[in-house]
Parts: sequence; C-alpha cells; structure tokens
Amino acid sequence: MTKEDCKKLVIDIISDIAPDEDLTAIKPEVKLRDQLQLDSMDFLDIVMELRKRHGIEVPEADYSHLASLESCAEYLTPKFAAKA
Amino acid sequence: MAYDWLKGIEDHYDIVVIGSGLGGLTGANVLAKCGHKVLLLEHHYQLGGLATWFTRKGGHIFDISLHGFPIGMIKSVRKYWSQNIADSIVQLKGVRFINPQFSIDTTFDREDFTRQLVEKFKVAAGTVERFFTDLRAMNFYDSNPETTGQMFARYFPGRDDVQRLLMEPIAYANGSTLDDPAITFGIVFSNFMSKGVYTFQGGSDMLIRKMAAELKKNGVEVRKHVVVEKILTEDHAGRKRVAGVVANGRAIRCDTVLSNSNIKNTVLRLAGEESFSPEFVAQAKAVRVNSSSCQVYLGIRKGETLPHIGDLVFTSEEPVFSSEKLVDLHTTSRTFSMYYPDTRPGSDRYTVVVSINAKYEDWNAMTPEQYAAEKERLIEESIAALERHIPDVRAKIEWREAATPRTIEYYTRHWAGTSFGTKFEGLKVSMDLPAQLPGLYHAGSVGIIMSGWLGTINYGVIVANQIDKALAAKKRAAVPASA
Repeated sequence: MTKEDCKKLVIDIISDIAPDEDLTAIKPEVKLRDQLQLDSMDFLDIVMELRKRHGIEVPEADYSHLASLESCAEYLTPKFAAKA
Repeated sequence: MAYDWLKGIEDHYDIVVIGSGLGGLTGANVLAKCGHKVLLLEHHYQLGGLATWFTRKGGHIFDISLHGFPIGMIKSVRKYWSQNIADSIVQLKGVRFINPQFSIDTTFDREDFTRQLVEKFKVAAGTVERFFTDLRAMNFYDSNPETTGQMFARYFPGRDDVQRLLMEPIAYANGSTLDDPAITFGIVFSNFMSKGVYTFQGGSDMLIRKMAAELKKNGVEVRKHVVVEKILTEDHAGRKRVAGVVANGRAIRCDTVLSNSNIKNTVLRLAGEESFSPEFVAQAKAVRVNSSSCQVYLGIRKGETLPHIGDLVFTSEEPVFSSEKLVDLHTTSRTFSMYYPDTRPGSDRYTVVVSINAKYEDWNAMTPEQYAAEKERLIEESIAALERHIPDVRAKIEWREAATPRTIEYYTRHWAGTSFGTKFEGLKVSMDLPAQLPGLYHAGSVGIIMSGWLGTINYGVIVANQIDKALAAKKRAAVPASA
C-alpha cells in the first residue's frame, strides 16, 4: 500500500464520520482539526473505525499521529504494510 | 411460578451491560456494531434510566428528565444511533429566568447571552467576550484548583445577579455547585452556549422506542425486569478478573461487564469490596455523590390549553443564588419544563414537569406520614408558583403527583438516590476500574465532562472503545500464529 492509498482509506472513514464536510480540498499537511469541524470524539471514531475496518490498533499515546492527513499516512502506512 | 425474564438467553456473552441509561444504551449499541455479542440488562420494566417517562390515567405522559441538552447531541446521536433519531432533535427557544434579581427571556446561546449581559446587566463587552473565550479554551487536562465561585468573582466581582444567570441553569443540568472545580461548570456551559438548548421532538417514549429498535437491529439482546445482583470474578494467572454476572438469581458468563450503574454501586455493591485492593475501595468510598432532585408532575385535562410561557422557566424567590439554598428542603427555586402539544406532534395535550433540586438525606429521614405530607406540600407550592404565571392553571390540572430522591433511588438504584452521578473524583475511580479488576468497565455520570446528557452518551462511546480494544486484542491472541 502506498501513502496515497492510505490517505484515501482515512478520507473514507472521515467521510462517514463527518458526512457534511467537504473533503475534496483537504490540505494534507494542515491539521485536520484546523480545516474540518472535528472534535476529540471524531478522532476516537477514526481510531475505532481503523480497528473495525482494517484491524489496526492506534494506542492512545500515538493519537497525535492522526493530526493531519500526511502524518496519518506516515504513521499508518507501515501498519497497513505489516498486516499485508 | 414467576415469569422467567431471562428465558432463552445464551450461556455466554462478550459483554453484559448493566443498566440502560443513555450511557449503557449507547455503549451497548456501539459494541454490537463492532461485532460483539452483547446482553443488556435493566431492572426496571422500561429502558432509559433517568431518560424515561411514565403514563397516567387520562392520557397524560410525563417525561422525567430529557428536558434540555446542547446541540452536540445531534452529532453524537447521528454517529452512535441513527440519522433518523438525530433528525428528531429540535431547539427550545424559550428559556426564561424569573427571580427577584432579574427577569429575562433568552435563547440561551452565546450571542444572546452576550447581548443580555452587556445591555441588561451592563457588563463591559470585553469582559463578556473574554469570559466566553476563556471558558471555551478550558481543558479537562489542565489541573486548575479554581472553583466556579472564584472564577465568577474574577470576571464579575460583586455581581450576584450575573452569577445567578450563569450558575442556576447549570446547577439543574449537572448538579454542580459554586464550590466545585470551575471546569464542572465551564464545559457544560460552553456546550450549551454554542447553539442553545435542544430536546427530542416526540418525547422520551419515542426516543427510547427508536433506540430499542436500533439495538435489536444491531443484535443486542435486551432484557428488562432483570436485576443484576453480583458481578462474578475468577482467578486467572494469579489475578481476579470478571467471569460473569448473577442476574435474577442466575449466573451468566461473559468476558466483560460494562456497568452503567452508579460508580459506587458498581464497586461497593456489584463487584464488592473483596474484588479490589483496600486502597481502591477507600478511593471509591471517598467519592461524593451529587445532590438529587424532586419533581412535580402536573397533567392538564384533555381539551384545556395553556398559554405559551416559555419552554424552560427557571424561577426562584430567593433574593440571591446560593448552591446550599438550591437543594434546601424548603427551596423556592424551581424549573418548569413546559410541554405543549408540539412536543409530541399529533397530540393536543399539555403537561408541566417541575424540577426542584434536593438532598437525599432530608427525604430519607422522614416517617411515612411526614413523607406524604412533604410531597403534598411540594405539589401545592409548585402549583402556587405556577399560578403566578398562569393564574387559572389550578382548575385545569387533572393529574398531580410528586417524585423525590427516594423515587429516583427506587427506579434507578443510584447510590443515595443521586440524579447527577458523582463529583469530580468519581471519574478517576471509573477510569481506573479495568486496571483494578480486568474485564470491568464503567460508563455513567461521574463529574465534569462525563455528566449531562451529552457527556453520558459520549462516555458510553469512550468506554465502548476501550472494551472493543481489549476484546480485539484477546481475539487476536486466540488466533494461532500462522506459519
């Protein structure tokens, strides 16, 4: 899986959590919280969906890696690779 | 022979949920959607915990407590329940305060409160702006020793009236006082101020019916009339862990228990002191429960109407606000939740639910005669107070009834009949629970952000995530490593 594939999977999750948000113009380097109306419960939902859909566990100490799309891809891509 | 309310259940579940308050219901729903096998047990004949209702002869339906919550509820209900249920949430625009210091009508949001504070209370606009902004930035993880009372004195020194406007509604929402940490006020108040006060159109009965249908669809086994008497433990590698529950006298095995019972009930009664270290038991015993409530239910005779006097009317005859006075047996502070026909579209009925904060000790100490007399006094005083706003209301009342902290204790089994969970320190005991007794989790009202309706739903989800994580790890460990 490439980082781009990984970003797409994260966007798929966010689109279900926040269906009213426009996700077409997300800037990968900018914090998600600064471009979308996401609160701490939404980030918890992302963690739960990663576990449910992809069997990936994000420990609480690593939640900060989910801040932007880019940092998500950086952090999650090796985890997806390890599952394959 | 008595009916077997557990007839047909299985021998083992991934999770047994004890209690069906909004936290327990939401936790059960989220866990079922994660693919776990969930059994939800409720001792009452109806789901909802305090988010419930009752009916009386003459077609009266009384909603107990879902009288107002912040807009955040729309999003949480959509995410953890369904779009359909979220769509039934509507704004209550008529919030009124009537007391010796001021009389105002407000939509109870930041914009309108700013206008009122500046124009009516003559507070400098900069101060109001700073107050709201600072409050919004309050973080649960900052350990700030300041109390709500001290915080008010810092922004609005000498302004008893401003303190009352800010504190009174939140005291009804989460039972917090001027002596509690400022964050107990700040988070709930900020949540309301973001867009005002909301409720479920259709009433608690429709809400809980829709939630029950959703649970069924997602595969949760729901059983009412079932009292959980004990949480069972077993020794596992030299440590105690959860093995199941005893309910209606029958053992049901499970990997995990999610208790939506009060935290003190959970630790000290259900699991029992023997399941924990003496230090943890001492911590649980030291948790203070919040105050309780009385309510007076007034059902208006079919065919009669009431004028619109607001949706939530905070009234008091006390000269100034005081947290002690608010819970006094003879308090004159009451909130009228007015139910007009549009609460339940298609209905033509009016009801009034009067909420009065109270102390369990006062009511528990009464003899049966005193108890009956005090309930009657409560009803009489509430009708008299309502007559000041609707002079001819008495003749229209067909059903009158009072509930007290003892009623809440009876129907919810909450420790000391609390209607607002516990103080601040309850959260730590609640969150430490799975480390103390593996397999046992708690979601319920335990101070600050985990109190109020939005807090309780979200806490159910936070704990469901922890359970899902633990069960997912267990399932992974059970799969033999492939070559």
